[in-house]
Amino acid sequence: MKKPNIVIVTLSVVAAVTAAFWLLLVAPAFTGNEINMPRGVTEHSIMNYDLHMIVLWICVVIGILVFSAMFVSIVLHRKSKGHEAAQFTHSTKAEIVWTVIPVLILITMAVPATRALINIEDSPETELSIKITGFQWRWKYDYQEHDISFISSLKADSNAARMLGSGVNPESVDHYLLDVDNRLVVPTNTKIKFLITADDVNHAWWVPDLGWKRDAIPGFINESWTEVFEPGVYRGQCAELCGKDHGFMPVVVEALPPAEFDAWVAQQQNQTLATVEEAKRLWTLDELMDKGEAVYATQCASCHQADGEGLEPAFPALAGSQIATGPLEQHIDVVLNGIDGTAMQAWGAMLTETDIAAALTYTRNAFGNDTGDMVQPRTIARIKKG
Amino acid sequence: MSTEQMTQDAHNHPAIDHADDHDHKPTGIKRWLFTTNHKDIGTLYLVFALIMFFVGGAMALVIRAELFVPGLQLVEPDFYNQMVTMHALLMVFGAIMPAWVGFANWMIPMMVGAPDMALPRLNNWSFWILPFAFTMLLSTLFMESGGPAAGWTLYPPLSLQGGKSFAFVVFAVHMMGISSIMGSINVIATILNMRAPGMTLLRMPLFVWTWLITAYLLIAVMPVLAGAVTMLLTDHFFATSFFNAAGGGDPVMFQHIFWFFGHPEVYIMILPAFGVISEILPTFSRKPLFGYSAMVYATASIAFLSFIVWAHHMFTVGMPLAGQLFFMYATMLIAVPTGVKVFNWVSTMWKGSMTFETPMLFAIGFVVLFTIGGLSGLMLAIASVDLQYHDTYFVVAHFHYVLVPGAIFALMAGTYYWLPKWTGNMYSEKWGKIHFWVSAISVNILFFPQHYLGLAGMPRRIPDYATQFADFNMISSVGGFIFGISQLIFVGVIIHCVRGSKVKATSGVWEGAKGLEWTVPSPAPYHTFDEPPLIDDTTVAHVEESAH
Repeated sequence: MKKPNIVIVTLSVVAAVTAAFWLLLVAPAFTGNEINMPRGVTEHSIMNYDLHMIVLWICVVIGILVFSAMFVSIVLHRKSKGHEAAQFTHSTKAEIVWTVIPVLILITMAVPATRALINIEDSPETELSIKITGFQWRWKYDYQEHDISFISSLKADSNAARMLGSGVNPESVDHYLLDVDNRLVVPTNTKIKFLITADDVNHAWWVPDLGWKRDAIPGFINESWTEVFEPGVYRGQCAELCGKDHGFMPVVVEALPPAEFDAWVAQQQNQTLATVEEAKRLWTLDELMDKGEAVYATQCASCHQADGEGLEPAFPALAGSQIATGPLEQHIDVVLNGIDGTAMQAWGAMLTETDIAAALTYTRNAFGNDTGDMVQPRTIARIKKG
Repeated sequence: MSTEQMTQDAHNHPAIDHADDHDHKPTGIKRWLFTTNHKDIGTLYLVFALIMFFVGGAMALVIRAELFVPGLQLVEPDFYNQMVTMHALLMVFGAIMPAWVGFANWMIPMMVGAPDMALPRLNNWSFWILPFAFTMLLSTLFMESGGPAAGWTLYPPLSLQGGKSFAFVVFAVHMMGISSIMGSINVIATILNMRAPGMTLLRMPLFVWTWLITAYLLIAVMPVLAGAVTMLLTDHFFATSFFNAAGGGDPVMFQHIFWFFGHPEVYIMILPAFGVISEILPTFSRKPLFGYSAMVYATASIAFLSFIVWAHHMFTVGMPLAGQLFFMYATMLIAVPTGVKVFNWVSTMWKGSMTFETPMLFAIGFVVLFTIGGLSGLMLAIASVDLQYHDTYFVVAHFHYVLVPGAIFALMAGTYYWLPKWTGNMYSEKWGKIHFWVSAISVNILFFPQHYLGLAGMPRRIPDYATQFADFNMISSVGGFIFGISQLIFVGVIIHCVRGSKVKATSGVWEGAKGLEWTVPSPAPYHTFDEPPLIDDTTVAHVEESAH
């Protein structure tokens, strides 16, 4: 048998291995799907993207070298080609070489990695601070300087479509699972501090375009910061398993130029005032039922279900339930203060008085409960004051 | 008399009186219930692991079926989370770990020239705990509050939201821990006390070395896991506040304790795989293992480093900068001994005289695909970028690459390699090769696209996803189903080999095989060495010339 030419074999194996890497790492992008980390719109995201690409290419080169050596051997050194086995057992020189070279590669990787980490952990002077609180399964945002506070939940159309057997094609929903009712609005080119915590279980707040995620842990306040360069809408989601609806608590950040942001702040503050005024007037049953249905759909239905039948045993039914049809004071107490040791949260701090009154009225009259009870926002306000 | 002397004496006066000959074994179910024979117990472990592999695999298929297209079609999110959690617990504690103990039982006595394991009754007990532990764990799926749904990491406070069935999970984990610790004591006692004269530590096969180190890891960390889950138990049922911030506890402390167990745990699953690959590559390359002592030192270094890298699983919890830097550097350092292993494997093949029977194919598949998993591990070590990678499908792809075409391919390679020795029959080479090629291709269709999904922003442990992730999820699911179903070929090949194969195996089985296990007949007799075997350079698996 003719002896294969080692140069030809080596070149063709290296070409084949390189082609395989190309097929795995580059070619899938031609499908039009996103296959790589986004470069993002902050210093951190760009820094992390660059670092990711450097390390990726180092790994690819190492992979090509190791696999090529192996496949050259597989092609040349086979018994069927009549290759006789050499009997060498070790080489101290080689062992030293492939210990030292990897150490050197690691050191060159560690330098930019250390620099990036120091940058991300650095806390500069910030102009705006926002407290982020994770709840099962929504986010609450408090703008510390502006007295703005709201809850951000999965948008109703996504929420309806994602139910088991909903019959809605997710492709027909805009930004399926990545859309919220209230976006976190931030100004561009402004250093923003985030204070991240959680109320019930661990969550993680993540927007890939900002370049990092941070765990939200009850009892801890984690500090992170960002500065968004480009106006736009950036989407992410909870990244730490937090229970059944972990997959359904998106994060949507809308970055506006500072002037537009200021206008948004003013409008939010007016709206807060209007909400306070609204809570003072007397509502009709129809108004409360309409509003209550909407509140129930976004805040309550994920556990107690749209038909009020719940998901036993963790999430009790409201239809015909002892609490929803029993004494009103007890029902109000459960909704305002939650029930310890269960998934029922204290909604008093999360929803407006009007929302709570409407949701209570709705659940006491829907699902065949028909108690005829009506709860006014001002009642809730009085009870909350104690 | 010291233990060593006793062992020596036992070897010098083998089986004078055949009254204590254990070859008279009960038949039927009693044989398996009461057995103290390392081969029978090894078989029990392997069969049990295979069953768990299929149960855990079925759960993985539920997951992949739900993720086939966006939207929820099959299961409620809470049940999905139970599947995610159970799949991991079964595969880690029910499939991979017991499978390695099965290999240890079968092979370690044969490889070191011992008649049996050092502690045969303990051995029986360590196995028979397991079916009860897993029955208890699986029974939670049928309880009112359902199975555990907080992930195999059991992070509080979420894990504490589970109902009363959580107690069963904790006790099941305790029992698995007891089983593992007893198994490890047995392995250590056997290796340190029962080696035939002349089988010095640095003449031991690498599989024995890796298991010795694995056993120490197990003894060191299983009690830590037991402590962690016990604290969860008292937090849940007895109003303690170890991990409850409202009571002065610390939910992050659980993560530290868990990963102090959890990181060595991943090496517990992979070190014996390194051992098996280091046995197979020399055999089919017809060439001694390259750098035997470097391989031993690299294994020990990896084991040592595994204790000081745990917090790289926690870069997002908010650690001090100095802590993050330490864990990043220590983690990167693991690439060095792991690299030594890969380079030595390639050098073992280099200038050999290779043939490509099924064990060799799986071993080569292991080296390539495990290396891919190792390289993505190096990427994950970079702390600041991990703030992007963490808890995404990139991580899922990474650890499945090291566990499926890593640990599981090594288990399959080892099974094909030693099956003729165990059964006395040759398996079907044709179907073995079909099994390899279908598995190797489908496992990549299954897991490679998950790298893209993670980088593009898909978090792990979600039952439904945004539509931009649809294409690669569908591809991944197709790969998953092919991979899952193709494992039936594996079972078919094993059954055929045990029951029906007409081709008898020789004692050497493979042309290039070296080591004590190949000096005994196939199938290996019920008691392998009535007399201590003669150990010299021709019978040991690996000989390293003195340094030059």
